[in-house]
Amino acid sequence: MKYQYYPGCSLEGTALEYNVSTRALMESMGVELLEIKDWTCCGASAADSASYFLSLALPARNLAIAEKTEDVTDILVPCSACYLNLKKVEEKTKNNPELLGELNSILGPDQLELKGRMHVRHLLDVITTDLGPDTIHKYLKRELTGLKIAPYYGCQCLRPYPVFDDPELPRSMEPLITAVGAQIHPWNMGGKCCGASHVNTKPDVGLELVGGILQDAKGADAIITICPMCQMNLEAYQKKISRKQNINLSMTILYLPQLIGFALGLSQQQLRLDLNLSITDSFRKKLT
Amino acid sequence: MGNTAGLQKEIGAISTFADLAPIRKMIRSCIQCGTCTASCPNEFAMDFTPRRLWRMVLMDQTEDIFESKTFVLCSSCYFCTLRCPRGLPLTEAMSALKQIATRKKLPKFKESVNFYSCFIESVRRHGRVNEAEFMTRYFARLKNPLIPLRFAPLGVRLMMKGKISMLPPIKQARPLESIFRSVEALEERK
Repeated sequence: MKYQYYPGCSLEGTALEYNVSTRALMESMGVELLEIKDWTCCGASAADSASYFLSLALPARNLAIAEKTEDVTDILVPCSACYLNLKKVEEKTKNNPELLGELNSILGPDQLELKGRMHVRHLLDVITTDLGPDTIHKYLKRELTGLKIAPYYGCQCLRPYPVFDDPELPRSMEPLITAVGAQIHPWNMGGKCCGASHVNTKPDVGLELVGGILQDAKGADAIITICPMCQMNLEAYQKKISRKQNINLSMTILYLPQLIGFALGLSQQQLRLDLNLSITDSFRKKLT
Repeated sequence: MGNTAGLQKEIGAISTFADLAPIRKMIRSCIQCGTCTASCPNEFAMDFTPRRLWRMVLMDQTEDIFESKTFVLCSSCYFCTLRCPRGLPLTEAMSALKQIATRKKLPKFKESVNFYSCFIESVRRHGRVNEAEFMTRYFARLKNPLIPLRFAPLGVRLMMKGKISMLPPIKQARPLESIFRSVEALEERK
């Protein structure tokens, strides 16, 4: 099994552990990742707030480069924001030759041409649809019994394009959690918004949303995420919100491939659990 | 009233009908049902609800729209887009309003506008985002020493983990320069 791989900027910096654990997990299940050569930023959430054409041209450049590798047409993307930006170009150019032409007029001077052959896939889509709980079972080394996990999906892998899960009530992570022997924390916040960049520009609003998610996770041992921005929002401001709301909201926040990878026998070092900003002592004890 | 006159001056460059026209077209068939408002996670912080904002767009109330902070409070969760019974691209319409504010550098939205523009400029220079450099420039642009203080504890934690570096990024070719120029040229023609 082979995919082209678009890590995105966060995975080289603040979400390094997401990159390392995704690569390690895929390798341990026999999946090969080919990193797109000289990839550049997808525009994140900023391009969309600055210019419509820029928000499509930036991801289009990466898709056009990926198209040069003809035998692998699926691109695996772990970051939900990158995923949606790339996916938008795939979806919008599908039946719109005029837009495709405009994007190609932008890419032309760099000798790039977008034909629209690439299939953009979120990491969670690949794990659920292409691999599934059976593959996890096959490679399982340790059962994570006694752990209660709250699956957090966030927004942009679910909406506006419902590809692999229910965009209102997502459940695709549940069979993966039970496959590693853990329990599911029943909650209603899985598909709710973490506030995205509000935490930077409008902290009062952003932290209100994060606080709601952390409160509903009470009783779980960890929240698992599939997006660097969700991860950062949920893990970095726990003390601040706890102080503000006068309630202890400390909670372990892990990336999905860190949880599955651990069950598949990868070490904490291989999964870079040392880089997470919020892993509680009681959770660490449960891992050993 | 004086305030409104000031804003009028700021957004004077917006020829109301022309700038809002594409957005009006996107939401033309809005039936004012309020599903967007009921679905919005940030509605609690808005001065006008999303439903009301769409009505204001249809009524061409440009000043009120850019006086309100409703559209910059959209966090692009796409719940309204998903649920809109008319299938309108509401999140995209919010973005189109943000694009006008960014293009006109409206001072009222300077935190958001500077955040987006510093990010984009960092991408233009390096091809990828350099988080430390982008945040440093953002702080410099806001000229408010209290804002960097808000981020200092997190910045230190991230540096200790080796996730961000304060070293200036290595000078390299600007792989996106030609794309940025072509986009600017295309948008000028539009």
